[in-house]
Amino acid sequence: MKGKRGIIITGGIVGLISVVLVYLGNPGNMGFCIACFLRDIAGGIGLHRAEVVQYIRPEVIGLVLGAMLIAIKNKEFEARGGSSPFIRFVLGIVVMIGALIFLGCPLRMVLRLAGGDLNAIFGILGFVFGIFIGVKFLDKGFSLKRNYKMTKIEAYLFPAMNIGFLALLVLAPAFIFFSEGGPGSMRAPIAIALAAGLIVGGLSQRSRLCMVGGTRDMILFGDNYLLLGFLSIIVFGFIGNLAFGFLNIGFLDQPIAHTDGLWNFLGMAIVGWGSVLLGGCPLRQLILSGEGNADSVVSIMGMFAGAALAHNFGLASSGAGVTVNGKIAAAICFAVLGIVSFANSKGLVGAKTSNS
Amino acid sequence: MKKIDTSGMGCPQPVLMTKKAIEESPEGVEVIVDNNVAKGNVERFLNSSGYKLKIREEDDIFIIEAEK
Repeated sequence: MKGKRGIIITGGIVGLISVVLVYLGNPGNMGFCIACFLRDIAGGIGLHRAEVVQYIRPEVIGLVLGAMLIAIKNKEFEARGGSSPFIRFVLGIVVMIGALIFLGCPLRMVLRLAGGDLNAIFGILGFVFGIFIGVKFLDKGFSLKRNYKMTKIEAYLFPAMNIGFLALLVLAPAFIFFSEGGPGSMRAPIAIALAAGLIVGGLSQRSRLCMVGGTRDMILFGDNYLLLGFLSIIVFGFIGNLAFGFLNIGFLDQPIAHTDGLWNFLGMAIVGWGSVLLGGCPLRQLILSGEGNADSVVSIMGMFAGAALAHNFGLASSGAGVTVNGKIAAAICFAVLGIVSFANSKGLVGAKTSNS
Repeated sequence: MKKIDTSGMGCPQPVLMTKKAIEESPEGVEVIVDNNVAKGNVERFLNSSGYKLKIREEDDIFIIEAEK
């Protein structure tokens, strides 16, 4: 899948499978949402007690294991880590808070637009704005420094943890939470959701699909490769929604969304900026986690922590709108992004070299 | 010919480093990458910038030689 056909096909399949997952029970415009699903898993294992968003999502398990299997097959499974781990953890928290203010990761943002939710347009504008800020810092030499080879166990632990999640989901011991109402109770059958994750995980591993990379590479290098995947999801998601009769164009009465344009913009600006610093969107972090990248695992752990904080502290938005606590958290997130960006840009601080 | 080593760097650093390298040394560069993702990205960038590439594999790394 070297050419552009692979990324377009991947985007198309992601768009269509997402609609099928909604048809089979997932919440509206939420065939996939990495932020929402990590949040649901955090709830499922009791890290937060928001009763409506607790479910160990098999899609996430499938994404990780699908990426791992294809990476092993193509000799790309490799234990790597040690690139600014705690900064990545904190950026994971920040990205999750931004996503839960908007109500979706970049992938769901695209799926929301494909379903006719026009509030997503403000999200996309904010997302692009956030990426633009991140790219400015990349131009100034921003880097989280290099990673290193690790021992094999570092690569296998996270996929193993996901097999553990699958066991908890299927065996459903009493200490695992399952929402009885709200988005967490809306779910496609386990086997189908798992298979959907495996397919999308494998394809995303091959094509390197990344929501933030599309706009970033276009701005930095004029390279449209990843952007084609982004656009393909919108086009095929739209077609799928049309075919299943889910298309509902407008701002009002959209599933799991609010109509506060400014905060949709700001929430996704946080996600765009943070994801550029991390080197990829939440989906990409999950795929890299399956490939043995411990830095991405740490980012995902940050997202779990961010999800728990977001619901324990009342930072997450709901259909009713944004919370005051969420707005304060957003201000803190922007401050953290600014500090991390400045402190890690060698053109702005520290040893200034003439030509590096 | 300018030589750079992008080993261990995450996205999009290898391409950014390559971009800076060809700005300083437009006649050609040699780029070391240590994974397939970076190899693909650097390859695509140098191809679209009009360079002819020679790629060889040594142990765990790829060496991409780019000339106009």
